Amino acid sequence: MSFFTVDGISLQFGGLKAVDNVSFSVAKGEIFTIIGPNGAGKTSIFNLISRLYNPTAGKLFFGDQDITEVPPHQIAKLGIARTFQNIELFENATMLANLLVGRHCHATTQLWQEMLFLPSVRHAERAHRRKVEEVIEFLDLQAYRDKLIAGLPYGVRKVIEMARALCSEPKLILLDEPSSGLNVEETDDMSFWIRDIRSELGITVLMVEHDMTLVNRVSDRVLALNYGKVLASGTPSEVQAHPDVIAAYLGA
Amino acid sequence: MRFVFKTDYNQDIRILKHSGYWWSYGALLAVLVAAPFLLGSYLQSQLVFVFIYAIVGVALMILTGFTGQASLGHAAFLAIGAYTAGFLQQLGVPFIVYFPVAAVLTGLVGALVGFPALRLQGIYLVIATIAFAFIVEEVLARWESVTHGNEGMRVRTLDLVGMPVPRDSAAFYFLCLLVLVGVVVLALNLLRSPTGRAFVAIRDSETAGKSMGIDLAAYKVKSFAISAAITGMAGVLFAHKMTFISPEMFTLLLSIEFIMVIIIGGAFGVHGAILGAIFMVMVDPFLTALKDDVPVLAANVASSFGMAQDAATHLQEKLSKIGSAAGLKGAIYGLIIMMFILFEPYGLYGRWLKVKLFFQLFPLYKRATFKRQKTYVKSERNR
Repeated sequence: MSFFTVDGISLQFGGLKAVDNVSFSVAKGEIFTIIGPNGAGKTSIFNLISRLYNPTAGKLFFGDQDITEVPPHQIAKLGIARTFQNIELFENATMLANLLVGRHCHATTQLWQEMLFLPSVRHAERAHRRKVEEVIEFLDLQAYRDKLIAGLPYGVRKVIEMARALCSEPKLILLDEPSSGLNVEETDDMSFWIRDIRSELGITVLMVEHDMTLVNRVSDRVLALNYGKVLASGTPSEVQAHPDVIAAYLGA
Repeated sequence: MRFVFKTDYNQDIRILKHSGYWWSYGALLAVLVAAPFLLGSYLQSQLVFVFIYAIVGVALMILTGFTGQASLGHAAFLAIGAYTAGFLQQLGVPFIVYFPVAAVLTGLVGALVGFPALRLQGIYLVIATIAFAFIVEEVLARWESVTHGNEGMRVRTLDLVGMPVPRDSAAFYFLCLLVLVGVVVLALNLLRSPTGRAFVAIRDSETAGKSMGIDLAAYKVKSFAISAAITGMAGVLFAHKMTFISPEMFTLLLSIEFIMVIIIGGAFGVHGAILGAIFMVMVDPFLTALKDDVPVLAANVASSFGMAQDAATHLQEKLSKIGSAAGLKGAIYGLIIMMFILFEPYGLYGRWLKVKLFFQLFPLYKRATFKRQKTYVKSERNR
């Protein structure tokens, strides 16, 4: 059984087939990228994996486990974390508070213990904080610990969102357009971080991306979609050379 | 300006972040403890109302301020707490039993109300909570065997393990203060632990919260239950303070007053609930005092500037006539609230933070610090 498998998944909004019988599998430790023109169904696949949408057909497997029916809030606990295309940070909170929310799926303390803030809660909080600090160091975010998200630039928010996903200690991380809205330099940094996430933390990366330079630089394998259907899959150069992919992008 | 040098994770976990907190909150507590010995009975009684409103304010802050679930049904929770106390006291149950029982019972009702909240957003939730409040009001009026219906119910003097605590006594003041401090500590503890962070996450982005592993349903119900339970406690104190409770005391108007507490106080911090409570309770006597004092003051000023005596008296009469015009107090009251919403959406606490920052950064303060930036559209469609 491979690490993560999408098996014949479809998503239908009324008459529109957003995702149409898509299958692929991701190996452990791989950086797998989904590309495609706007509206191809890339983010829909992400929303299916993080269970925000229910698939009309098909199955999702994480390891041996069928996660097609798992409620969305349990996905994080299984080890799948994600970021969003439009940055979904908690804006009126500090970066630390945001990252600590990322630790939520590891929270074990009970409500009544928390109300009284028993020593066990303090102990757990310190442990969460230590883990968050590791991520802060990994992504070089020391300067922003107590800063409110609302006051931070877009590029930094993008990194913080990735940090929040990493705080949940995932096995698989879903990055929805990690480079959108970033300048060239920030995109460079992003490509290093994505590779570090894989090589240093051993986390498998599944991402949606438009920037082909970034895709070529980091991806092991690429899947091209159009109108919800798979056009091609393989190494970045294979996919880019594929006649259907060229047709989809250039309209030839 | 103080720079806190952090060397330990506990420094971020602590409620009192540095020595300055100890001094300022210690001084505040000392003043509050000394207050009943220094103030007249009227002001002491007003302070008790401030405490009760502040307890409800903290409850509503948890639900609306932190979890982002609006409620216009908190008068009903207050009523449930108050009537539970009144009823159990008649059966001879002691205060130390019916106080927690009222809290738990109100909390359970709150959890039940929380269930529709799972499917309702914003204004629809407000309407659902209003409907709930109407139902409670109606039940209180009709269930005469327990509540004595519209006749109302007499609540006997509070009996704390054999010691009577009359409504005007210093002991009652301290009891209310103790409950308020306890509730505030409880709220702050929640905020620095996973549950509180989950609440704030739900307020800011449900989608992100869900994918971070937050069970939205469970946490919304928890928030409702905690908020209701705290309001139930306030209800018990309210019943003893009023000594008489009837359904028409717990109307929509009271719920609106509670919402005003957190809007005027600033719906993003526990401080806001307390500042808002002070404002809501004190604005009425303040306006009454103004009505009496302003004409006299104006006449005195006018005569000291050389105005003839009878002209000054005439001015005083004119002003007091304007001051006692029907509905003027309500209009001023409404005006103040409108001013707040227009010019200080962060409320009194927000204003306090700005003033504090102004002095901390003097002369480098810039107004733009608190300006909200418009950001990219959130993924609303994932709701």
